[in-house]
Amino acid sequence: MSLLAVKDLCLSISGTEILRDIDLAVDAGEILGVIGESGSGKSMTALSIMQLLPRGSETGGVIALDGDNILAHSEAEMCAIRGDDIGMIFQEPMTALNPVKTIGEQVAETVMVHGKASKAEAMRIARETLDRVELPGDRFPLSRYPHELSGGQRQRVVIAMAIALRPRLLIADEPTTALDVTTQAQILTLLKRLVDEDGMGLMLITHDLAVVADIADKIVIMKDGEVVEAGETVALFRAMKHPYTRALFEASSHQPARVPPTGGAGAVPVLEVKDVIRDYKLPRTSFFRPAGHFRAVNSVSLTIRKGENVGLVGESGCGKSTLSRAIMALEATQGGVIRIEGEPVTTDKGASLAARRKMQVVFQDPYGSFNPRHRVDRLVAEPFHLLGSEAPKGAARRKAVEEALVNVGLSAADADKYVHEFSGGQRQRIAIARALIIHPSLIVLDEAVSALDVSVRAQILDLLADLSDRLQLSYLFISHDLTVVRAITDRVLVMKSGEIVEAGDTLEVFTNPQHPYTRTLIEAAPNLEQALAAREAAAAAPAE
Amino acid sequence: MTDTALHDAPDRGFWRAALRSPSFVAGELLTGLFVALALISFVWTPYDPAAQSIATRFRPLFDPAHFLGSDHFGRDTLSMIMVGARTSIAVAFVAVGIGIGLGVPLGLLAAANRGSLLDEVIMRANDLVFAFPALLIAIMITAISGPGAVNAIIAIGIFNIPVFARLARGAALTLWTREFVMAARVSGKGPVLISVEHILPNILNLLIVQGTIQFSLGILAEAALSYVGLGAQPPIPSWGKMLADAQTLISIAPHLALVPGFAIVLTVLGLNLMGDGLRDVLDPKLRRSRT
Repeated sequence: MSLLAVKDLCLSISGTEILRDIDLAVDAGEILGVIGESGSGKSMTALSIMQLLPRGSETGGVIALDGDNILAHSEAEMCAIRGDDIGMIFQEPMTALNPVKTIGEQVAETVMVHGKASKAEAMRIARETLDRVELPGDRFPLSRYPHELSGGQRQRVVIAMAIALRPRLLIADEPTTALDVTTQAQILTLLKRLVDEDGMGLMLITHDLAVVADIADKIVIMKDGEVVEAGETVALFRAMKHPYTRALFEASSHQPARVPPTGGAGAVPVLEVKDVIRDYKLPRTSFFRPAGHFRAVNSVSLTIRKGENVGLVGESGCGKSTLSRAIMALEATQGGVIRIEGEPVTTDKGASLAARRKMQVVFQDPYGSFNPRHRVDRLVAEPFHLLGSEAPKGAARRKAVEEALVNVGLSAADADKYVHEFSGGQRQRIAIARALIIHPSLIVLDEAVSALDVSVRAQILDLLADLSDRLQLSYLFISHDLTVVRAITDRVLVMKSGEIVEAGDTLEVFTNPQHPYTRTLIEAAPNLEQALAAREAAAAAPAE
Repeated sequence: MTDTALHDAPDRGFWRAALRSPSFVAGELLTGLFVALALISFVWTPYDPAAQSIATRFRPLFDPAHFLGSDHFGRDTLSMIMVGARTSIAVAFVAVGIGIGLGVPLGLLAAANRGSLLDEVIMRANDLVFAFPALLIAIMITAISGPGAVNAIIAIGIFNIPVFARLARGAALTLWTREFVMAARVSGKGPVLISVEHILPNILNLLIVQGTIQFSLGILAEAALSYVGLGAQPPIPSWGKMLADAQTLISIAPHLALVPGFAIVLTVLGLNLMGDGLRDVLDPKLRRSRT
């Protein structure tokens, strides 16, 4: 009998059907990967198992934990099960911890809530658990607060909270999505080790095929509230019986067709960054000592030629966002020059209008990049402000908006709608339309596809590649996702601690990285094909 | 205040949601009643509120000729309440107007120049005003230019400025880091244009709710100032003045104190309920139909 057996699980919330006949099973010591895009119901399946569903939910079917049907339990009984028998890890380590409590208290709380131990005993268990998640006592005493830890360390604390009582089942909902690639690899290794040590079952929910390919024993693929395919990991990926599985697989390693840029080397570069320095003043530690400095960008130089797509890769805190804001003249620099087609972005009087006309930006969050109170035509036409009195008016303005919308694959009639009527992918198209409307030569794409589902991401990448070819656009593509950077850029720059440590042709850098940091990054990045090959080799070895 | 509160989409079905909120409906009915009384008083009152008639003094409640009784000069209480509502509402309305009209631009200006010297100067000046009680400011103003309804308005209005300045600045600060504001900056828009086009529409919800609550506080403040004789001067009737007059007569005619007292309590209650209801309706997180 399986540890967790879900049979014919149905869920509807206020009359809307969310899940339909979900069947899945997790054995002790086994890792089940649940894959799906947003809206596929994967998180709702997890919440059904925890019985943490929103009000107005109705569930049907059976969720059996060691043969005991969870759905039949009262809320009070569920409170005893949650945390004790089933642990859960959430996506965002920044918000999953209470900022005013020490990490020791938070881990001990789980133990004490279940009345398993006295305060002193609970603190001892907390220490032991934090040691198990590789936060040793000499560097991470129990009295640390969450803000003193990095994102990866916080996620370790969250994991410690979930496993403090050694639950039989652990549910991890996108546990590494918010983390850097190197941290992601460490957290996955940690989860795998904990599963092996405790013999617990792990249900790993993710949208990233490559993440699960490496560590999951079995995989369930979900779409629109249903399980479309389930099976043993390697076999499932090798066979890919269901068309949706194949579509997901192709989208995740999608490579848009591109024409190499033809822009001559002699022409004025679209973007020229020379020895740019950005210093932040630190708060004074003492009244009598001068305030310290933090150098976020340390004499960085780069050039982008016409029609060329350049990737900027690095982990959070490396200074890539600061550099992009400096390029857009949203932030002052302390040294160096930034020129767009020969035009310096800042003049004595602040940001240069002439330079700004030649560049636009697309941000990461498709939900936060628009004023929710304006209609699409007004949003898309916003950059016309840069043209001042030369901006088209009336019918010409409308025509320009419609043209930009059609260019990104939307319809002209969409101009009269509000942004909330669009999906995430469509919103990102609107953001691109807004960037296109004044015909810039450079578009800064700041993690522009990171928040999108794989299939939508593939479409947006195709669109970007097509626009770049047709309109001779240059992109500065800032991302932490190496697969995406590899797919769309001609050249890539690797940034670490405010400096560019390696630069070169994308293919060259990826196949033959020179700098040790680049090598670490590439090794840490989950790679579906490599993971599958390694596992097949491991499976074949004992047979010989 | 949270991010989601500002993430509201344009208000579809505002009235549908509003009519489902019991506190909004109750508040609106109460407020509507007093606004209606004030409006009717412009064209009709049962008696002239200033007309004295010693023969019919101290009439009880529900007297056939005087529905809410009459006072020690024989003035009709209902007429005085109706005209008094006019004074209260006018004073509170203009005072909140001064608060929004000056406070919101100051707050937006401070947020647009966050961290600068200007921000510090504006906000510390607001703290200074906040440190004075409204009554003290009113006494200061009266000492200079004599008591009256206009001076009461100015005193209450000044007290409202920092409330709105702080609210506007706090809400605007979280918006300034948002990506759509970044996009507007990349489009070359200056701080003034961004404040008007992008910040203001997104903090309007909060301002409306706070405005309703400040309105009720304004009515209370006007009553308090009239009570100590610093508000509207006789013969203009005012609720606070009626209370002050009734105080010495409370053993003979308690209804003279009860009627204006209840008028104040009900109006303030109505406005507070409406403010609460508006917050529920305008905040998508609390609106049940949109989760």
